[in-house]
Amino acid sequence: MAKSIDVSDLDIYYGDFLAVEGVTIPIAARSVTAFIGPSGCGKSTFLRSLNRMHEVIPGARVEGKILIDGADLYDPDVDPVEVRRQIGMVFQRPNPFPTMSIAENVLAGMRLNSRKLKKTEASEIVESSLRRANLWNEVKDRLTKPGSSLSGGQQQRLCIARAIAVQPQVLLMDEPCSALDPISTTAIEDLIHELREDYTIVIVTHNMQQAARVSETTAFFNLAGVGRPGHLIEYGPTTKIFTTPENPATEAYISGRFG
Amino acid sequence: MATQPPTSEPTTPKFTARLHSPQLPRWVPWALVAGAVAVGLALHLMVGWGWALTIVACWLGYVVVLVAVSGRVEGRRKAKDRLATSLVTTAFVLALLPLGSLLWQVVSNGLPAINSSFLNSSMRNVVGEGGGIFHALWGTLIVTSLAALMSIPIGLATGIYLVEYGNGRMARWITFLVDVMTGIPSIVAGLFAYALFVIFFGEGVRMGFGGAVALSVLMIPLVVRSTEEMLKLVPNELREASYALGVPKWRTIVKVVLPTAIAGIITGITIAIARVIGETAPLLIICGATDSVNFNPFDGRMMTLPVYIYSQYKNPGFPPEFGIERAWGAALVLTVIVMALNLVARLISYYFSPKTKA
Repeated sequence: MAKSIDVSDLDIYYGDFLAVEGVTIPIAARSVTAFIGPSGCGKSTFLRSLNRMHEVIPGARVEGKILIDGADLYDPDVDPVEVRRQIGMVFQRPNPFPTMSIAENVLAGMRLNSRKLKKTEASEIVESSLRRANLWNEVKDRLTKPGSSLSGGQQQRLCIARAIAVQPQVLLMDEPCSALDPISTTAIEDLIHELREDYTIVIVTHNMQQAARVSETTAFFNLAGVGRPGHLIEYGPTTKIFTTPENPATEAYISGRFG
Repeated sequence: MATQPPTSEPTTPKFTARLHSPQLPRWVPWALVAGAVAVGLALHLMVGWGWALTIVACWLGYVVVLVAVSGRVEGRRKAKDRLATSLVTTAFVLALLPLGSLLWQVVSNGLPAINSSFLNSSMRNVVGEGGGIFHALWGTLIVTSLAALMSIPIGLATGIYLVEYGNGRMARWITFLVDVMTGIPSIVAGLFAYALFVIFFGEGVRMGFGGAVALSVLMIPLVVRSTEEMLKLVPNELREASYALGVPKWRTIVKVVLPTAIAGIITGITIAIARVIGETAPLLIICGATDSVNFNPFDGRMMTLPVYIYSQYKNPGFPPEFGIERAWGAALVLTVIVMALNLVARLISYYFSPKTKA
């Protein structure tokens, strides 16, 4: 069910400001692709353009092509709501719905879209999603408690459970571990390893060890200066990027000489 | 250092900063208060100073002595703190005095009037003793409910539009007009409603519904404002989380944004109702005054509590003390309603707000 993504010559704007310029990258199905690079280089912006979350910000727009299994993502006929049902997203800061319980948070993708669920079906989805997010054992006795009562790491895994409960084709993760401690980070990285079997995963991270640990492909973004657009410098198999990068800027970045 | 005299011993350096500073015992300010009260009583009873002069003088004396003592013992910073604390407390007491005295007046004057016949009879054919607020109580409930029924959907929808959809010129104009509406004097709202109804029903029109229209002119901006403020407090991350699940915008608003903000919105609405329920001037113009019960807001004069209070005070009948007493009784009932609404608002915000504790 996973889908591949093909991006060609993509420019992303905020109003008149060109934030990301000329990105061309294929993203393979059933793989983990990591975006690394310094702050402000457009990794998150690019990630958000992959499920049309970018355009939620007033004035934001995109030029170029993104193909999901060959279909143009930015075709005028494409409904962004449908896109987001198939391309899920996990955000930097855990954002469970404060009015909902843990179980309701997991089911939010269905309930908010008024999909009718049988009780057994609903509890099955809750259990399987929470199990996959490595959270089931911690919360199985308090599914009716509010989602915001969990710790930060648990909340983030709850958000991942919520994202995979709707069975998307692609899962985008925007620095999912940046607010978490090492133990929760490990739990989420284990989860990414498991999810790789079924999903296409794209993860933005500031942690290069994390990129090296979880991804098969790594893409390095950089920007020439403040106020200049971000560029995709190079991408390739993670081992290659981290051992013998082609671009000197990539090598400088991963070896910690700048950034 | 080479020049150091040989007599200095290589001991561990002393920690020289003082972590403890002298502090006045806790009882000192209270003792000063007691002293000030005693001196005040003495001045009043023996020297014969008036109350106002005594209180002001003792208050000044208390502050000066406290700050002076504190400055001697505790130092400048804490003396300043004592001074600021005294001033803030004084301001608080001054602000509370009118409220307390108002409540006392209303309760002590109004309570004798309250009994079942007062609540259950109208003023029809009553000149002296007897009579009650039945017609006015119902009139207030009907007019205010109708006003709320009109204002809440309009205000809520406007607030949602301004926060969730509005950008650019349209939203700026609406915000500006809402601000202007907030400042409309209530009597002007009454004149507006009267002028509006004259168009359809001719000169001299009086009806409860007109009063509801006038009140909703006053109430809509309040509802818009509170809705707007509450929706702005909903973190954008929740909207994005919902969008990312493939939830359309309108469902996101209805099922994520509004439930998150609902406690504050309902609180704001309840306070807006409490605010307009006491309006007199617009109702005097368009609802008029009557001694009879009228349950039909679309036909004829309708009495309301504020207008009842006004007319009982203005035309107390004969002998006048009964009318005055009825006015106070109605004032007490109105105050109790407003307080009950505020209490309801607090309960709502307590029970509806998102729970964070397990």
